[in-house]
Amino acid sequence: MASTAALEVLQSAGRRRARRREWLAVLNRAVRTPRGAIGLSIVGVVVLIAAIGPAFAPYPADAFVTRPFANPSLAFPLGGDVLGRDVLSRTLDGGWQLLLMAAVATLLGVAAGAAFGVTAAYFGGRWDGIIMRTVDIVLAFPQLVFALLLVSILGPKIWLIVLAVAISHAPQVARVTRAAALDICERDYVRAAQIIGMPARQVMRREVLPNLTSVLMVELGLRLTYSILVIAGLSFLGFGLQPPAPSWGYMINENRIGLVANPWGVLAPVLLIAALTIGMNTLTDAIARASLGVGRGADDALLPGITAAGAMT
Amino acid sequence: MTGTGNRTGAPASNGDGAGARTGNGEVQVRLAVEGLQVLRAPSRGRQAVDVVDEISFRVQPGEVLGLVGESGSGKTTMALALLGHVRRGLVIGDGKIIVDGQDILRLSPGELQHLRGRRIAYVPQDPSSALNPTLKVGTQLREVLDFYSSDQKVRDDRMAEMLTEVGLAAVPGILDSYPHQLSGGQQQRVGLAMAFACRPELIVLDEPTTGLDVTTQRRVLETIRDLCRSYQVAAVYISHDLAVVAEIADHVAVMYAGRVGEVGPAREVFTSPAHPYTRGLLRAIPSLTDAHVLVGLAGQPPRPGNRPPGCFFQPRCEFAIPDCEKGQPPLVEVSESGHGARCLRAVEVAGLGRAAGLREVRPASQDAAAPLLDVRNLSATYGPKTVLRDVNFAVPSRQCVAVVGMSGSGKTTLARCLVGLHPTWGGDVFFAGKPLARGIRRRSDDQLRRMQYVSQNPYQSLNPRRTVGQIVEQPLAHFERLPAGERYERVVAALTAAALRESFVDYYPDQLSGGERQRVAIARALILEPDLLVCDEITSALDVSVQASVVELLRGLQAERGLSMIFITHNLPLVRSVADQVVVLNEGVICEAGPVAEVLHSPKDPYTTQLLADVPKLETPVGEA
Amino acid sequence: MADVTAPAKVAAAAPDRKAHPLRDTLFKRLGYGVITLFCVSILVFAATQLLPGNAASAALQNTATPARLHALEVQMGLNRSAVAQYWSWLTGLFRGDLGKSIVSGTSVSSLVGGRIVNTLVLVVLAGVIGTLIGVALGVWAAAKRDSVLDHVLSVTALAVTALPEFVVAMALVILFAAVIWHFFPAVSVFPPGVAPWTDPKLLILPVATLVIVIVPYTFRMMRAAMIDALESDYVEMARLKGLSPRRVLLFHALPNSIAPTIQVIGLNFLYLAGGVVVVEYVFNYPGLGQGLVNAVADRDIPVIQFILLALAAFYVLVNIATDMISLAASPRRRLPRS
Repeated sequence: MASTAALEVLQSAGRRRARRREWLAVLNRAVRTPRGAIGLSIVGVVVLIAAIGPAFAPYPADAFVTRPFANPSLAFPLGGDVLGRDVLSRTLDGGWQLLLMAAVATLLGVAAGAAFGVTAAYFGGRWDGIIMRTVDIVLAFPQLVFALLLVSILGPKIWLIVLAVAISHAPQVARVTRAAALDICERDYVRAAQIIGMPARQVMRREVLPNLTSVLMVELGLRLTYSILVIAGLSFLGFGLQPPAPSWGYMINENRIGLVANPWGVLAPVLLIAALTIGMNTLTDAIARASLGVGRGADDALLPGITAAGAMT
Repeated sequence: MTGTGNRTGAPASNGDGAGARTGNGEVQVRLAVEGLQVLRAPSRGRQAVDVVDEISFRVQPGEVLGLVGESGSGKTTMALALLGHVRRGLVIGDGKIIVDGQDILRLSPGELQHLRGRRIAYVPQDPSSALNPTLKVGTQLREVLDFYSSDQKVRDDRMAEMLTEVGLAAVPGILDSYPHQLSGGQQQRVGLAMAFACRPELIVLDEPTTGLDVTTQRRVLETIRDLCRSYQVAAVYISHDLAVVAEIADHVAVMYAGRVGEVGPAREVFTSPAHPYTRGLLRAIPSLTDAHVLVGLAGQPPRPGNRPPGCFFQPRCEFAIPDCEKGQPPLVEVSESGHGARCLRAVEVAGLGRAAGLREVRPASQDAAAPLLDVRNLSATYGPKTVLRDVNFAVPSRQCVAVVGMSGSGKTTLARCLVGLHPTWGGDVFFAGKPLARGIRRRSDDQLRRMQYVSQNPYQSLNPRRTVGQIVEQPLAHFERLPAGERYERVVAALTAAALRESFVDYYPDQLSGGERQRVAIARALILEPDLLVCDEITSALDVSVQASVVELLRGLQAERGLSMIFITHNLPLVRSVADQVVVLNEGVICEAGPVAEVLHSPKDPYTTQLLADVPKLETPVGEA
Repeated sequence: MADVTAPAKVAAAAPDRKAHPLRDTLFKRLGYGVITLFCVSILVFAATQLLPGNAASAALQNTATPARLHALEVQMGLNRSAVAQYWSWLTGLFRGDLGKSIVSGTSVSSLVGGRIVNTLVLVVLAGVIGTLIGVALGVWAAAKRDSVLDHVLSVTALAVTALPEFVVAMALVILFAAVIWHFFPAVSVFPPGVAPWTDPKLLILPVATLVIVIVPYTFRMMRAAMIDALESDYVEMARLKGLSPRRVLLFHALPNSIAPTIQVIGLNFLYLAGGVVVVEYVFNYPGLGQGLVNAVADRDIPVIQFILLALAAFYVLVNIATDMISLAASPRRRLPRS
């Protein structure tokens, strides 16, 4: 005679107890896949170079130590740049600002975008309309052009670039967050919280937001990649950090002329930027897959929509 | 031009193994399934695991075999396998599927493709997603007819004939419409037309009436029955709804955890079930005619890969004996007509009959005092549409009032208005004598606490990022400031009231089954010790056996705590076993109300009468309209 | 006897001439588009007003004295209120007067006219070629899902999609123009007024860069859309109906992938509008993008204003076209249930 209690014990044997925070779990899972591991390693290496590079630079970045476009030699492993400065030193020195600016811009942009997106989804109606129309207007500009506009007005100031990039991320993040939040706001557990009279802000913070963790993680990854692209691009065009400060983007531009003589002035930053963005994108892809969890057969089909769409605008 | 018009004498035996003969010695078996096995394909780290195994049954031409099972029994996998098709990640293992003497599993993909649509057809469960949204209905029908004949005139004639047979001939412009422009019933009829077009020999119907309202369902069932008869086609009808199967099937095979547990003539299986699982199911099904206490089955079916040695049902079985753990029981014949079950005690169980030991529902005590909830002239709109009009009813204290209606009747809107989620309503509602404000913001804390709500979808009513303990605690934490220890005790008390153990406090919702989640939702609603519980179709998404336990639970709570309930549902028989009073909603208006026994036994309104006539009943003998 | 269901709830088969959801939506979208452009124009104008100094001081440069500055300002109409200036600028646009460049003094339209054509050539070529390649590869990969080809393509797409355009451009230049091989010129300069197609060699690298940038994205979206269609219930049903695999792919799966494809194509063009800036700069290609960069460097306000507005107009038009075509391809949205 089977008793209910015994039955439950049997069936609960397979259940785990309380688990860690979701974002950690997702990251954990992501990093164990080949894509995630590769992505993380590449990103790790580049970040390391950028972060501690300045400590290892053999020469000051703006010192004229050799002939312009000197060939690589023992003293100057990557040769000289357009003005005769050491390419290796400038490369080691030229990354951390890019990363820092990109990180700050991304965080700001995603935070703002998520706030707007959740608000639009939760309240719906008029608020939704206003927010989404504004989003449409801001999205009527490519990000780069928007940044160019601001820079043209106020000059290439660091805080301005960061702000411009953040503002241009917000609408896209708002769109994605809104779509995900709409789905969640329809769920009965949000209604359950509303029914007992919980105020709107609390409901959004405690019921809706935690369920957006995966979406936000993926967006963070995508936006970070794109921030790097835009800021490096601005640098390339000469609207970023002003010379003689070293920055990877500008190095690519200024050393273009001597491409035949010493390609390393261009190649080194190109390789680093490429590695960074590829690694970041690969890692984000792995995170997106991991956040879908097990048991969902068609994850391939879903992901490019999330990953690529984000990377585009 | 009907199909092969041969008739047989007594139905063939439905046991496993080949070559059973009966009566006249003339065996015309249209479909014979022998030892069919479908596996989950092995992938890295995981071995092959069987989803269904040892499936054997036979179907004669003109007969309908009902394949019955709850969720997780493998019935959809079976349905697709009968056409030689499996979903991604699955693979067909052992076994034979013999259609008119030919084992279709041995055919090449090209030959199999040739067979489908022409000799074996499939009617899908959800026609709204099974019909291509970008192709016109006519195009999709004509595709199948291309196999029928190369002569255009013959095809056109057949098309007209088909549309008449499924009852779509009078719908203008149907061939030029897109699927989304048709109603659910019309879409399903298109599915039927596509299946019967080439006069197949075997038809597999995968829960074709799920999602249709009761009246449409009855009509579609009649159509199916007529078509099967006139075409002499062998049909396999898959469903979780035993009442529907009782109405349409000649024979029944009951599936549990990927195996056939019992097989036999429908009437026999339903009156004297030989397998404890079938018996358990039948005792969990509410009946329109007698109000009996629903008896649920504790626990859940084991998942593929998690199945116990010995009989799969043994852990949940009240008849289990130690021998049951020793191996899969063989098929035990219980009567001469091919009724058998895989149970060591089959004969004994069959002897008990279904109704033994079912208790009558005791009606709740009548409380003469003023009603707890008094609804007067309630009207509600959804944008421009009026969804509810002049709704008047009262919920007496300690009683359960069922609100019955089909989709579109306004019953969910009614629940939302009462609970405050839909603030644009008119009329007056009094709760414990005091008027209730329209929206949540303006209601008093007292009112918010005393009226609680449980919603339909157990998979969406719990926040997946929180533990059960946090979920149940939420209303308590919102209204009262209690020290953590006391809160925990209240949470455990609520869980216990919902028949959940204390250990559930740390689980996350995705670790729970549907029934358990619904209980958590109930515990959350109970923690503030409300006076009125509004239950909005809370069992519609649950299996029958789970539904029974939840309803059992609610009745118990009602008796113990003097809880009043508003129980919203579309399931009329369920009302019998759960409610004291009933209110019938038809397109936003109450057409009938009164004590349950009275309304269900002698309805006065024609709509109610029609509904009651259309509800499929377990007791209806097969073949009689 | 099977009976007839409730009186027909089906929309009339013959297209109902009264209800035209397509036309209504078109008008609505155009309306929104105009409003958006209006708002954008205000933003653009307002932004340029924030610049320290103004057009007059930029024109006079070192020769500015307060008196001459004031005189020039009056002449240029810069002493009027912001709103008045905005209004005259806006109405000027409609009349075809796009203003005068501060730097060169010539009219904006003469500066920009040729450039628009050049950029359009790049964008259209790259858009068409890139979309075709991406769609074809995507469908192929979806049909051969999980094969080696599919994996290789997917991983490559993942990597390439992350690269900035200037990196791709530089890589192409290093490979084909400057360092390793010398097939193509490293810059694509030609005088204004000359059509870009007169010397196709000049177009190849810029177009190739843009194509490389959009193909991976198109590929991934197309693959996802096809896989979604192939995994759908209606495709399963089509197979169970006994239809041939070819028919299932072409008639059941493909038509349902059109809507996402249109979205992708639209997004491609939008992206190109932005990406073209960097590419033109790298190759010195005389297009709108290069014009914008130069104008920004020179603070040439009228030019900036116009180019930005043109870009926004392009965006709005592409969005509208995308929405309309996608609506036309989706019967479910086009013909609501009556």
